Amino acid sequence: MKLGVVVFPGSNCDHDAFHVLHDVLGQPTEWVWHESTHIHHLDAVILPGGFAYGDYLRTGAIASHSPVMGAVKKFARAGGVVLGICNGFQILLESGLLPGAMLRNRRLKFLCRFVHLRVENTATPFTSACRPAQVLKIPIAHMEGNYYADAATVRELERHQQIVFRYATPAGEIVDDEESNPNGALANIAGIANRERNVGGLMPHPERASEPLMGSTDGLVLFQSMIASLVSK
Amino acid sequence: MSEAAVTADLVAQHGLTAEEYEGIKEILGREPTLTELGIFSVMWSEHCSYKSSKVHLKRLPTTGPQVLQGPGENAGVVDIGDGLAAVFKIESHNHPSFVEPFQGAATGVGGILRDIFTMGARPLAILDALRFGSLDNPKNRSLAEGVVSGIAFYGNCIGVPTVGGDVYFDPEASGYAHNPLVNPLCLGVAPREKIFFARARGVGNPVIYVGAKTGRDGIHGASLLASAEFDETSQQKRPNVQIGDPFLEKLLLEALLEGLETGAIVALQDMGAAGLTCSTCEMSARGGTGMEIELERVPQREDGMTPYEIMLSESQERMLVVAENGREEEILSVFRKWGLDAVIIGQVTADGRLRVRHYGEVAADIPARPLADDCPVYNRPLAVPPPRIEKLIEFAPETVARRELPENFLRLLASPTLASKRWIFQQYDHTVRTNTVLGPGQGDAAVLRLKGTRIGLALTVDGNGRYCSLNPRRGAQLAVAEAARNLVCVGARPWAVTNCLNFGNPEKSEIMWQFSEVIEGMAEACRVFGTPVTGGNVSFYNETRGKAIYPTPVIGMLGVLEEVERCVGAGFRSSGNTIVLLGVRPFNREELEQTFSSSEYAKSIRGLVAGQPPEIDLAYEKRVHDCCLEAIRRGYVAAAHDLSEGGLLVALAEACFGVESKLGAVVTLAGELPLEAVCFGEEPSRILLEVDEQHLADLLGLAAQYQVEARQLGWTTAGEFRVHFNGNIVLDGDVAHLAEAWGTGLARQMQAVSG
Repeated sequence: MKLGVVVFPGSNCDHDAFHVLHDVLGQPTEWVWHESTHIHHLDAVILPGGFAYGDYLRTGAIASHSPVMGAVKKFARAGGVVLGICNGFQILLESGLLPGAMLRNRRLKFLCRFVHLRVENTATPFTSACRPAQVLKIPIAHMEGNYYADAATVRELERHQQIVFRYATPAGEIVDDEESNPNGALANIAGIANRERNVGGLMPHPERASEPLMGSTDGLVLFQSMIASLVSK
Repeated sequence: MSEAAVTADLVAQHGLTAEEYEGIKEILGREPTLTELGIFSVMWSEHCSYKSSKVHLKRLPTTGPQVLQGPGENAGVVDIGDGLAAVFKIESHNHPSFVEPFQGAATGVGGILRDIFTMGARPLAILDALRFGSLDNPKNRSLAEGVVSGIAFYGNCIGVPTVGGDVYFDPEASGYAHNPLVNPLCLGVAPREKIFFARARGVGNPVIYVGAKTGRDGIHGASLLASAEFDETSQQKRPNVQIGDPFLEKLLLEALLEGLETGAIVALQDMGAAGLTCSTCEMSARGGTGMEIELERVPQREDGMTPYEIMLSESQERMLVVAENGREEEILSVFRKWGLDAVIIGQVTADGRLRVRHYGEVAADIPARPLADDCPVYNRPLAVPPPRIEKLIEFAPETVARRELPENFLRLLASPTLASKRWIFQQYDHTVRTNTVLGPGQGDAAVLRLKGTRIGLALTVDGNGRYCSLNPRRGAQLAVAEAARNLVCVGARPWAVTNCLNFGNPEKSEIMWQFSEVIEGMAEACRVFGTPVTGGNVSFYNETRGKAIYPTPVIGMLGVLEEVERCVGAGFRSSGNTIVLLGVRPFNREELEQTFSSSEYAKSIRGLVAGQPPEIDLAYEKRVHDCCLEAIRRGYVAAAHDLSEGGLLVALAEACFGVESKLGAVVTLAGELPLEAVCFGEEPSRILLEVDEQHLADLLGLAAQYQVEARQLGWTTAGEFRVHFNGNIVLDGDVAHLAEAWGTGLARQMQAVSG
């Protein structure tokens, strides 16, 4: 098994994702430079958080046209597992690998804090080790995490159970208030997958909640799920 | 030469005195060119030369076994064990932040980050000390809003967590309304042997310019903005504020750290204040060499820039690198990989001169060492200000005090200086890089782990300007003591200091007296706590229309934990534990009206700033620290929180407001003193500890051993908050009610901006 972490020049969670995969979970992991298209030997690709090319333009807009994303699109179409975290999720939306778009947070400010996520679908490579409706405590850190899609798209997402994570209360209730859905995401959507389930994206940072010293280890289950599903593939 | 001739008027416009100009002529042996005049004026500005503060700064303790590099480099460096070194520094960006709050604060963060990574250390964390005027004034709200957004913009994008800081909102007399303070601190870590110094070496070595193109922005930023008082025309100085590009700085950061791995870099320095001038001249002066540069090779953003403009531009995100001759391609290829402009603009020379050419014509030719080091030093006159005639606080009669206590307590908790800072810190990414063990609001200091070791680093910034305005020496001692106390409360040993000294106009003798007194107080306290000063920054001329700010020394203190997993937070952990007040001593009754008049309570509830800050016994304070550290090391302590602004009740309430769960407390207080003083007096050397039954006796024994008082105040509860005083219940309520006032106090005031 070989995992890859993409490095855009403005990625700043690349080291964190690498650390969890390589040091915490002991998986063979390599860097993938943004100009590289050499990824077909990988079993899964992580698009980490950050500000890919500065994101002074719409977040992820430039990154979606980068050489590595050309390769990631092919890789995904061929069934390769791709996980986008925060900016990585935004890039997947801009690339058309996942549906929808991101608006600014409802208070128009960057938000960094713990949130609670309810796992909505355990039949994905990213949640296979979760219990149904399990609540995960994981931090967010973003300015544009207010998920938006038109009504038809949301219906499609619902129908095909593509909504993987929703912002919730610690008890797992879905409430649209600032405490539990701080960025104002439509239908409390925190993370989704494509219909084939091999591409997933979420705004919260599971890599920041993967060791006891970080105040939560709830994020680890995403990476464990991913590794387990690759092994059994 | 085609430049304008240098006249007496021009000399004065450059902020140089007639004597300084004579000194320049003596160094050159002739009249300077306009470019040379510009170069001298920035290097000899207060901001770059420390000409008014140097004689005083010498009195600070700067050495110790842990100090690897004291003041004089881009940042201080201390040994933290395991072969690692911590690099840290604090710097002011006050004037730019008033003129343009967002960009001013953003570029302040950018500048301090560069100071750290130019020493070869990856930045690990940022903290910010901020001082604003009262939020009742919409102008101050918009300044605070802009500054916080600017810090967030820069730090979040480059991906260095902003893990802490402190904020005060003080009344008109503080001067912060017209002169807010923005003091960012950055900490980085590198293996000891990989620390890098800015010393140009090796004659013939190429000098490489890397980063943003040079524009006309920020010309004279440091010399004009930071070295003169403010007046009505200050807004016209907006073009002197630089614009930040954190993405470009991220590229510089990664490229330089990667470039250093090649071993082909000899020296590097960022172009911050005074830009190309400062970096060329300081690198040469420190290395004992000279430097020759060709200005037409400097990447430029605008056409027709003169040598004067190129040398003085303060465009951001630029660095100067000296490479090993013949190996420049190794470095240039790393810069190319990161998409950076990098050009060889000159070389190191043997003759000790800074020679600047523009299309072959010599624009400046100055001996580098005298330019960097021979700025006149001033021992400016000091004058003790006349004694103040002021009204002190009158304690309310006990029945009145009791009746008003619940309401006053709520008002105090909701006041912006004491209220939760969540509105601010949730705009900062404080968890990126996954090292933040205790982030903002979680402990008395921020705690970071160092991956691959068991070491933890703790950081805090402290400095109460109000105290210093009433008694600068005591105020400075209290600031150092509180910084050290915050560190021991998380279980970290105080290790070293960086400081940012914010003052008014040094040409005024009372300001210089304040400065001298603050240095004295800091020096005394730093000696007692064993925390040498490794560097920092002096910011003078914080005045508008002749009115100075409170003298505000901001102490940034670094602490070390041998085992990071032993750190403790400030929030109570479980109900039914004992609350112990460590370090409780009888208040000085004689001085009580004086000291209580300087408290946050006096300010917020009675609208009074007067009297004297409380006296501090530094030796006693040190024993309290040592006792607290040992208690945490032995695992006796579940939570620790120091008493500071707002005194005992505010500290107790804060300890109840843990990050997630809210616990309560039932405590019993007693004594002859007025109720208000008991609840809200700000005597130092006190720490609240949460201790479980099993460790209580051991803790009390330990306190006796360290000869510090420890009193059992009461217990933590599931939610009820009750205070007994001399047999009466003086407060009885639910912690949720208090938490609501505290949690929304700042946000409510700030949201008046957009609302």
